[in-house]
Amino acid sequence: MTGLDTATLFAWCGAGLIGIGLYGFLANRHMLRRLVAFNVVGSGIFLVFGASGARRADLGPDPVPQALIITGIVVALATTALLVALVIRYADLAGRATLPEDEPGDDGKE
Amino acid sequence: MTGAIFDIVLCLLILAVALAAILGRDLFGSVVFFIVYGLLVALAWTRLGAVDVALAEAAIGAGLTGVLLVGAVARLRRGGVVEPTPPRPLARGAQMGICVLAAGLVGAAIAGLDPDAAGLTATVAQNLEASGVGNPVTAVLLNFRGYDTLLETVVLLVVLIGVWSLAEDRYWGGRPGLRQHAKPGGVLATYGRFLPPLGLLAGVYVVWAGTDQPGGAFQGGTILAAVWLLVAMAGLVDAPPVTARRLRLTIVAGPALFLAVAVAGIFMGGFLHLPPEHAKQLIQTIEAGLALSIAATLALLVAGPPQRGAR
Repeated sequence: MTGLDTATLFAWCGAGLIGIGLYGFLANRHMLRRLVAFNVVGSGIFLVFGASGARRADLGPDPVPQALIITGIVVALATTALLVALVIRYADLAGRATLPEDEPGDDGKE
Repeated sequence: MTGAIFDIVLCLLILAVALAAILGRDLFGSVVFFIVYGLLVALAWTRLGAVDVALAEAAIGAGLTGVLLVGAVARLRRGGVVEPTPPRPLARGAQMGICVLAAGLVGAAIAGLDPDAAGLTATVAQNLEASGVGNPVTAVLLNFRGYDTLLETVVLLVVLIGVWSLAEDRYWGGRPGLRQHAKPGGVLATYGRFLPPLGLLAGVYVVWAGTDQPGGAFQGGTILAAVWLLVAMAGLVDAPPVTARRLRLTIVAGPALFLAVAVAGIFMGGFLHLPPEHAKQLIQTIEAGLALSIAATLALLVAGPPQRGAR
């Protein structure tokens, strides 16, 4: 474990989260589940970005990535809010929360 | 050594909870795991020394996003929407391969970073005095990269217009969300009365402290939005109609104030230029206005499009 500092560890954790979120995005068909996956990918990217800027322990975390990440977190919430509203409206009209092109056999209805 | 063990356990826990949120069989359970995940990521940010980001992640990433998703799950259930069959993790080898490859590439890129790269920390520190504030993150957000934040507040406005425009025609001009009723004397009704004074104090303090310590308009505004949402969920106040003039003024006030200061800067050196001798007062004024507008906008984003008549 020589040379593994806190920042690099969390950056790799972020890389893992990008992979997990991407899988959730590909494997899940329910649009709310995809939205959860989208947020996991997003926070994984933030963690890679922010931790990369915090590798110099003598300087402390870089404020510029921190500011960009805070902006990113707010924009991710705004995106999620718009997509939640779209999913609910779509479900009201279509009676399901999955897209037709994602349905090989069953269409999510009973 | 204890710190290193803590960090490794925290990383493993974050990855495990993220997997539970992605693969959970029950959608509601997945959303709850996602909220826990957000709080753990906030803890990771404090371990990295990025307290401003930790506050934003806990309040916005875990808190408001969580409320939004829980509300969406409840709404879909009420609408009788059935969940599709859960993912079959083992039958998805190719997808897994792609994701492992993607994570591996990002990991390799991290390993290849220059270990001595100094970034912009020193540059920000050198110019901190001219920014008017003591918190370098606030200095970047509202002074050095003010245009990011200005445009971000406009994004929030545009998204709110987008959410409202999804309302059914017959409800246009009505109130967002459904009327909430809480059992009198129940937990929600009690907390709806007990927590707001503390929440208001915490929210205003985080905005005020943001100039010199971790905090700021976004974190504080989110706390204020959460206070309003709690009171609304307890059925103590009702959301105003989306056409109410005062509501619209509240939403626009912050970005309008920010834009006015930015334009006034043209006469003092350039768009968004804050003269160092007045920078602190200007930033505090902008932050106060932004906190109010952000609180109202975020609360309305979570409440959703108008769903009932104006009455």
